[in-house]
Amino acid sequence: MERDFTARGNHDMGGLTAGEINKNEHDYALWEKRVDAIMMLLTNDLKIMTVDQLRKGIEALPPDAYDKMTYYERWISSITNGLVEAGVISTEELRTKMSRVSSGHIIEEES
Amino acid sequence: MTETRDHEHSHQHSAGHEHPTQPDQDDSITYFKAMEAAVRDLLIEKDLITAEQIREKIEQMDARVPANGAKIIAKSWVDEEFKRKLIANPRKAISEFGHDIGPLHLIVLENTEKVHNVVVCTLCSCYPRWILGLPPDWYKSRAYRSRVVREPREVLQEFGTTISFDREVRVHDSTADMRYLVLPMRPKGSEGMAEDELVPLIGRDAMIGVTEVTI
Repeated sequence: MERDFTARGNHDMGGLTAGEINKNEHDYALWEKRVDAIMMLLTNDLKIMTVDQLRKGIEALPPDAYDKMTYYERWISSITNGLVEAGVISTEELRTKMSRVSSGHIIEEES
Repeated sequence: MTETRDHEHSHQHSAGHEHPTQPDQDDSITYFKAMEAAVRDLLIEKDLITAEQIREKIEQMDARVPANGAKIIAKSWVDEEFKRKLIANPRKAISEFGHDIGPLHLIVLENTEKVHNVVVCTLCSCYPRWILGLPPDWYKSRAYRSRVVREPREVLQEFGTTISFDREVRVHDSTADMRYLVLPMRPKGSEGMAEDELVPLIGRDAMIGVTEVTI
């Protein structure tokens, strides 16, 4: 199927029809708060990234990924891309570190 | 969701029973949780951030709760001069409460007998988090973001709020740089109440504009 480049972005949903609002709420998990904290440090303290960059990264996600991912999953994927683009971390470093985390080499510190 | 009345039973989950959890809250290492841990670890290794800084930011985050906004609203109900200042220069007025909104702009929207205001961020999730804390899940949902600008009265109805047709409903779409706080109407019957008695009446949803304050 050809992609329609004139279609509005997936994130640009104001005014569209949609179903009933699900008012269930969840408490933010610690890892979600850490994603938020990392973003605050990168923007306000280190000025390595901007909020606009964060949004650009989120809006660039393919529609199916955007809809499937949770809110802070979108954030961390955009932050990570931003850091790679800025040359702060490399994809190689990231891959190595992620596999070490996933295999339990780095024990999560739950403070 | 099923009732969990029988939750006093012995906690052996082999009997086909599981706690309902949000997808975000399970303890397994998901791809994106691993990504967060990896990025955090790399930034610490590179001496860009420290674990202590992360903890501090989270503490600050946890200290931002809707009651902070409620104090501002209650003061504006009992102090006309403060209300004028709050609407004219929100940044300055809320700095009296120790809130620093940084480089962002904040607009305070006063509900009246003629106008009811409600806030959304159709593109993402922009929210006056410096005052109210992190936004509720529904604020970030596709359903709310899509519909509230199209059929605000119906959406408000889903929150149990009926706005009579002689009142205009205004929907305000936030941006990364521009946030809104709704100043709800003081409820009828609260005339004799003191500022600190008013504070607990004022909930988060009323300051987003999906509900009104009642006694």
